[in-house]
Amino acid sequence: MIAYQLSIFAENKPGKLAKVTGVLARENISIRATTISTSDTFGVISLIVDDPQRAEAVLTGAGMTVHLRRVLAVLIPDKPGGLDKLTQLLLKEEININNAYGFVLESSQKAVFVVDVDQMEKAEKVLEKNGFQTLDTQALSAIEPSCGSK
Amino acid sequence: MYWEKDIETIERKKLDELQLTRLKNTLAKAGKSFYYGKKFKEQKIDAGAVKSLRDIQKIPFTTKDDLRENWPYGLVASHKDDLVRMHSSSGTTGRATVIFHTADDIAVWTNLVARCMYMAGMRKSDVFQNMMTYGLFTGGLGFHYGAEKIGALVIPAGAGNSKRQIQLMMDFQTTVVHVIPSYALHLSTVFSELHIDPRRDTKVRIAFVGAEPHTEKMRKKIEDIYGYKAFNSYGLSEMNGPGVAFECPEQQGMHIWEDSFLAEIIDPQTFEPVADGAEGELVLTTLQRDGMPVIRYRTKDLTRIIPGRCSCGRTHRRIERIKGRTDDMLIIKGVNIFPMQIEKKLMEIPGVGTNFLIVLSRDEFNDSMTVKVEVNKEYFSGELKKMEMLRKKIVEELKSEILITPKIDLVEPDSIPKGEGKAVRVIDNRKD
Repeated sequence: MIAYQLSIFAENKPGKLAKVTGVLARENISIRATTISTSDTFGVISLIVDDPQRAEAVLTGAGMTVHLRRVLAVLIPDKPGGLDKLTQLLLKEEININNAYGFVLESSQKAVFVVDVDQMEKAEKVLEKNGFQTLDTQALSAIEPSCGSK
Repeated sequence: MYWEKDIETIERKKLDELQLTRLKNTLAKAGKSFYYGKKFKEQKIDAGAVKSLRDIQKIPFTTKDDLRENWPYGLVASHKDDLVRMHSSSGTTGRATVIFHTADDIAVWTNLVARCMYMAGMRKSDVFQNMMTYGLFTGGLGFHYGAEKIGALVIPAGAGNSKRQIQLMMDFQTTVVHVIPSYALHLSTVFSELHIDPRRDTKVRIAFVGAEPHTEKMRKKIEDIYGYKAFNSYGLSEMNGPGVAFECPEQQGMHIWEDSFLAEIIDPQTFEPVADGAEGELVLTTLQRDGMPVIRYRTKDLTRIIPGRCSCGRTHRRIERIKGRTDDMLIIKGVNIFPMQIEKKLMEIPGVGTNFLIVLSRDEFNDSMTVKVEVNKEYFSGELKKMEMLRKKIVEELKSEILITPKIDLVEPDSIPKGEGKAVRVIDNRKD
């Protein structure tokens, strides 16, 4: 299943992320995960949110440059070797990872690994065939990540 | 102290007569070119009817666009076989302005540059290091020839390579340099890095600084750092290059060589001549060029004639340091750049949005150009790599057009404020 990542182009300067989170907070949109990559004077803010389509609309409305990008949100066990099994599989299938980040769902139980790969359809099939569960937007919205408290 | 005393101190009345004779010759010669021949005929201009210097006002101006539109040979007035050299103005590609010279023209030009250098104090015993670009740019070869004419030892160092410049200066005991002012300041930092004190460890006593507008304050700074005298030089490729106007030891304005150039200052709005002392646009006519005479060329440079005689004894009038331009041409590191060149190139690149802003700054001592470029909303795919590639492509494309490497900042669509009416394309933060 395909999930959507929200990518925002922004200059690398103070207040840019605050503007994004401000709009999302006002609209009551929940952020599941976030990653920022920068290149000198500009960067890309990537977010996994519970309602990507609405988030895109409100951020665009606020004058931002937003793109909805298809990614795979893969459910992995939160234990040693959990991520390795996934990356070894992608390696075997010669699928290249362009961007990736993860978040824990239930401490020591489940985590989600978000991957942006070069061959989306192939990756989706390969993961399914090998017993990995991928989450779509609805599934991502339904989950409530834990804070990993001990 | 004079290279040619007779000419440099000629009585004003005789200078006017000389100018009139040479103006008539120039007009007759220019009429043989395709461009002026057609123009004189169409506008019923009779070169023979010019009876006084004031009569030149009846002849239309020549602009850079005229040179471009009649590229390459439209203004050539000699037989093509008699041309021995061409130069091209810096910074523009494609339809650049090209100037052609006969052997006599080169000799006249060389003599003018020698006159400038001698006036500033250079002699045949000097070692002259020419830290300018050789090639199409006139600053390199123009000064090279002038220095050889004086008989100095010339080190044709060319531009850049700071450590080698300093090495040459030390090894061969350079006494005179020709340098772009911003580069002189940059070079001082390299001296510091090498723990060499240019005041104590070099023998340089004279510098010719030009090819880039600079302030009096900047000159003083250069003189303080190096402990030499820095003389301001004015020239443009359309008028040969260097050797149009130059400072004498008084350093109070640049003597414009009126035996070779007829200078007018006009109001750039009304095109009417202004009185000596009033600021306006400098308009120049070649008086001693056979290959390609140019009549009433609008330099777009703003200056004024300094009234009164100079205490050095020379009768040729002086112009003040160039104050600015009447068009939007930018001069960076000696390269001429029009914002339109940047705009045209940017708009050809997919991914570039609608607006851009050129910011010029002088960090430490170096001039630099940053172009803020709005990206196209549709082009953004969420990938940082793609944006980084776009940035690199813009750098490469602009570099090939304007010959200097700009810094590119990609910014969000609609983030550059749009001014009322004409968009503000340039912010010049260069201070002394």
